[in-house]
Amino acid sequence: MVHNKVDLPYTRYLSPDGQLLGELPAWADDFNLLTRLYRQMVLTRLFDHKAVALQRTGRIGTYAPTLGQEAIGVAIGSLMHAEDVLVPYYRDTAVQLMRGVRMEEILLYWGGDERGSHFAEPAVAQDFPICVPIATQALHACGVASAFKIRGEHRVVVTTCGDGGTSKGDFLEALNVAGAWQLPVVFVINNNQWAISVPRRIQCGAPTLAQKAIGAGFHGEQVDGNDLLAVYDRVQIALERARHGKGPVLLECLSYRLGDHTTADDATRYRPAEEVKHAWLEEPIKRLQTFMAGQGVWDEGREQALIAECQELVQRAVDNFDAAGSQPPETLMDYVYAQWPVALADQREWFLERAARRAGGAAHE
Amino acid sequence: MSDAKVSLLEAVNLALHRAMGEDENVIVLGEDVGVNGGVFRATLGLRDSFGFKRVIDSPLAETMLGGLVIGMAAQGLKPVVEIQFMGFIYATMEHLVSHASRMRNRTRGRITCPIVMRSPMGAGIRAPEHHSESTEALFAHIPGLRVLIPSSPARAYGLLLAAIDDPDPVVFLEPTRLYRMNPQPLIDDGKRLPLDSCFTLREGSDITLISWGASVMETLQAATALAEQGVSAEVIDVACIKPLDLDTLEASVRKTGRCVIVHEAPRSCGVGAEIAASLYERAWLELQAPIQRVTAPDIPPPLYRLEQLYIPSVEDILHACDSVLNFA
Repeated sequence: MVHNKVDLPYTRYLSPDGQLLGELPAWADDFNLLTRLYRQMVLTRLFDHKAVALQRTGRIGTYAPTLGQEAIGVAIGSLMHAEDVLVPYYRDTAVQLMRGVRMEEILLYWGGDERGSHFAEPAVAQDFPICVPIATQALHACGVASAFKIRGEHRVVVTTCGDGGTSKGDFLEALNVAGAWQLPVVFVINNNQWAISVPRRIQCGAPTLAQKAIGAGFHGEQVDGNDLLAVYDRVQIALERARHGKGPVLLECLSYRLGDHTTADDATRYRPAEEVKHAWLEEPIKRLQTFMAGQGVWDEGREQALIAECQELVQRAVDNFDAAGSQPPETLMDYVYAQWPVALADQREWFLERAARRAGGAAHE
Repeated sequence: MSDAKVSLLEAVNLALHRAMGEDENVIVLGEDVGVNGGVFRATLGLRDSFGFKRVIDSPLAETMLGGLVIGMAAQGLKPVVEIQFMGFIYATMEHLVSHASRMRNRTRGRITCPIVMRSPMGAGIRAPEHHSESTEALFAHIPGLRVLIPSSPARAYGLLLAAIDDPDPVVFLEPTRLYRMNPQPLIDDGKRLPLDSCFTLREGSDITLISWGASVMETLQAATALAEQGVSAEVIDVACIKPLDLDTLEASVRKTGRCVIVHEAPRSCGVGAEIAASLYERAWLELQAPIQRVTAPDIPPPLYRLEQLYIPSVEDILHACDSVLNFA
């Protein structure tokens, strides 16, 4: 394979075992900030663990775990302004929680209820729901960014995808238009090395995914996606750059999907246990925890208190999810059009009759 | 102004000018729509009137256009996107089917998608391959979309304005064969036509002729020929393909007892099949003869030497009417 020579930046501050590799940016002196970010990563992981458990016991449907991706999502979520817009993919629990999507909403969505994408918090009212069809969200993000640019607003769109998503035409068409129009959008690739069973090395012939930005005429770089300090630093710079009219940025975050693709997947079928075992040595939460302990700002007592606090929050969300009940049948027709068309009135009639008949039948059983 | 005769193409252009003038959120984008005014000139003059921020020449990427407008619409803009020919619209379908048509439903009304996707459609202008498609049925199948096909300058004008007002995504298909044919007087008064309604173009009592798009022209000519034979034909332009105004069609068929459906698209699973099935469900006891369809066969639109064979002719329609009128 012949590669054109590219030399993209790669950022990492902490080694996999939590040791500082060089001088930190000034913002990293703020231990309150680090504690807050660490807390959010722990909360995300505990929630994620609970969601998988709820699927295993049949209380929600298929779920896409975010295990091992917490640093990427928390960094993005904490740096976006409320007026920015997130256009996520389906492994974005971490960002969504940080943005203000409620845990019970995420459970509702994966638990088979459309209300899970009707976000209650005003801060996320314009954020997109997660996107299942691969990489299509990248184009929606460019549309949102176009609107910002047309109106002259200093707002930024962040859109995410996996390494597999970068193979899709939508992703490349999004990069192209973002470059052509210098849109205020930050593309974040969560390169977790696996697209279900297809490894990164056979996903794309280019040595990095970040270099796809070069063909579109804007800046791309790699960052250690398991190093919260590195991701935070680079996302911050990318957002400011986009916000100040300096065009899009593509960030490739190198990470590892520690869990299955979804709860319907069994990753032991296609990847060696040793690889996963090794990846656990590089995971983001332990790494930051070790660093913070080394700095004397974290200890076992705080860790236990944090876990207890987060578990209570997760349990409260599960209780709210349990209490939600199902939507009445007519709501399936209430949002297809702004108003159900008169021309389809007969369909509404027979569908609701069907629903009533089945409800009646169930009562007789 | 009221005396000026306007073609269907000019009516589209007038409606776009009117909509952009009325609402600064209306954005026109697509390939060659700006400086060039569109390959058919449907967007002529918009760039000069409304500027490059609202009349946008896009990169040559239809999938991108399909996705981009969803993000714009989510932000409160009203994008009117031109797909240069219907043969290139398929690249947008994932965005129409999986996103635009269901964003409102997925988010319980939190995010909506008021886009209009305009595209020329149909055969009959000796165009190259992939420039003669009539695949409206593909879109009519999708819940959450509206599909409109005007067949006169007045309906192009009034329906396009209504489509741009509409809070949901609309696929707006313009028959190229009619673009410059039969200019008619049109008052540019901003008056909208109702969506989700058929248009009865000619009242009659003996037979109902149902059509849309360019075939409305031949259908009207067939009705004139039938009148000369003493047969009173009612002609209905469906115009709103999705959702279908079946009530109007049913009422007409109950009155006449006989029905011929004419469309340029291939027969199988065409919109004509939906109409015929619905009429049988609703009014079969009133029918005095089986409904007949006059359509293209299930073949790709031919290259232009034989394309007239593909398009239903007046004679084809009269032939079908004959069998329906003389059914034992």
